Amino acid sequence: MSVFILGISAYYHDSAAVILVDGEIIAAAQEERFTRIKHDSSFPIMASKYVLQEAGIEYDELSAVVFYDKPFLKFERLLETYHAFAPFGLKSFLTAIPIWIKEKLFMKKMLRNELKKLGSRKIPILFSEHHLSHAASAFFPSPFREAAILTIDGVGEWATATIGFGENNKINIQKELHFPHSIGLLYSAFTYYTGFKVNSGEYKLMGLAPYGINESAQTKSYKDKILTELVEVREDGSLLLNMKYFNFATGLRMTKNKLWTKLFGIPPRPPGAEITQTYMNMALAIQQVTEEIVIKMVRTAKNLTGSKNLVMAGGVALNSVANGKLLQEEIFDNIWIQPAAGDAGGALGAAYLAWHLWKGKKRSINSFEQLDAMKGAYLGPEFNTKDIQKTIRSKQAKHQYFEDFDELIRITASKIKEGNVIGWFQGRMEFGPRALGNRSILGDARNPEMQKILNLKIKYREGFRPFAPSVLNEDTNQYFQLKCSSPYMLLVVPVKAERLKDIPENYQSLSLNERLNYQRSDIPAVTHIDNSARVQTVKKEVNPKFWQLIKEFKNQTGYGLLVNTSFNVRGEPIVCTPDDAYQCFLRTEMDYLVLGNFLFDKKEQ
Amino acid sequence: MEIIKDLWTFLKVRKKFWLVPLIFMLLLMGILTIYTTGSAIAPFIYTLF
Repeated sequence: MSVFILGISAYYHDSAAVILVDGEIIAAAQEERFTRIKHDSSFPIMASKYVLQEAGIEYDELSAVVFYDKPFLKFERLLETYHAFAPFGLKSFLTAIPIWIKEKLFMKKMLRNELKKLGSRKIPILFSEHHLSHAASAFFPSPFREAAILTIDGVGEWATATIGFGENNKINIQKELHFPHSIGLLYSAFTYYTGFKVNSGEYKLMGLAPYGINESAQTKSYKDKILTELVEVREDGSLLLNMKYFNFATGLRMTKNKLWTKLFGIPPRPPGAEITQTYMNMALAIQQVTEEIVIKMVRTAKNLTGSKNLVMAGGVALNSVANGKLLQEEIFDNIWIQPAAGDAGGALGAAYLAWHLWKGKKRSINSFEQLDAMKGAYLGPEFNTKDIQKTIRSKQAKHQYFEDFDELIRITASKIKEGNVIGWFQGRMEFGPRALGNRSILGDARNPEMQKILNLKIKYREGFRPFAPSVLNEDTNQYFQLKCSSPYMLLVVPVKAERLKDIPENYQSLSLNERLNYQRSDIPAVTHIDNSARVQTVKKEVNPKFWQLIKEFKNQTGYGLLVNTSFNVRGEPIVCTPDDAYQCFLRTEMDYLVLGNFLFDKKEQ
Repeated sequence: MEIIKDLWTFLKVRKKFWLVPLIFMLLLMGILTIYTTGSAIAPFIYTLF
């Protein structure tokens, strides 16, 4: 009889549900995609219903439900932290404790109440440690028989980073860094100080960093101040935060602003205010410090495990710039990063732990450079022609249907070539924060205006934010300094030198807009200001339709890559259904929309 | 009652018995707050804490 395990992450941010059937990932989805509330943290009831339906089972057939962290352990951390900092933190204590006493401490009961909506049988509820869930999500679906495991995020229960070793169906955690000393929280503190939203604005800070001037005395001074005043970094990558400067342990803010203002000479940037060079330099300084710490941790992982392989998860593993630097260091022969590295992926890890540790089941693995167990991260809902026709009828949408998909591909590639922006909706939705060619907005990477068009007319977001290329796996080497695959867009690597154009001598003194608009390469829309790119390599066997589109674009233009950004607008989750996609298409200045075999022209709507 | 059993097991495994009085007081306060909200005995709670 098959074993069905439901993994759940919820009540912090990015709640998600995952189902494993006999150790195989059948479906995984974040709740935000269904409720349309970005980073929705509520119990993933809709995502759970979906994964059960995808597995073709009723709730009562489940063997176990696994929650991705241990609430009692988190409560212990809260109490001990308040005790350690008392009498400070009273306000935060009075805000946090009632919620715990009323709800979170009774998590099992809360979960049971929610699960009752899915079925009546009393299924065992298991809890796995937060970082162990991350570690499992990194190791078990990876293509390695054994690997060093590094997990880094803000904080789980106590752990903020762990180093472990995975072999067959076992994981052994060898080192832990504990709260409040956290590289993730340090990065989040800077996210807050530079005017972005904690827990979601970290990408923006990372995207801003390359606009900082590396040679500037200010950047160097910021870096020095971080390393002398804010954090003490040890040789093994462990760190001690100087809590005099931080408010997150017992306060309701990340930083002690007066002390930071005195230290850095600038106040916190109000959200939405102009981003001056000073904040860009600050972003660069913290990005460099983060990279140094991550690299030290990775060296320790190498020394402890002696493995050739490294797997990573946790929110900090989504720092694709740091991942790219790590790759260049060549500490490990092979690196694999969980595409849903944040808390959503914790649901997957938790489910895997129940399968391998609780049930004691063996692991089946592919050899390296073959496929991992993530199925390209295409683990969400899929919609057929009938579903799309429903959308067409309800919206009275003008469209063209293509019996021959090859013809649709030819037309779409030619529209992209002409400078149009295309909404591309095919197959199963991606699991994790990235759109990997099934819920994507696509454009021509050669078009110098494309970054501006996408940011300001489609995504309605800050003009400085970069876009990523999706490149044919076999053509990667023609454009980027990347020797391995990057299927999940988690590596930032340099654009090949021969593609770059000369920059003027006064380049660094130009304004942000002038630098942004400067053509740095023959693929300017995906060449970030420091001549890097966050690459997705597309394999035919993983996503044949997307591969075919890029291949056709190459046939027409000679370039085997496209700009790929997630199919959403600022503040909204990535689209899930044809309805979501059509509405997003109408609300933005996108030119065409492709839903399955249907093509929609904005001018006709 | 499952919560009491689970909490006790947790404290035993973690060897964190010093948290017992703290958790007990917090739970007591929580229960009193929840069950006396809007009741006639509410004013007497203030004299307790």
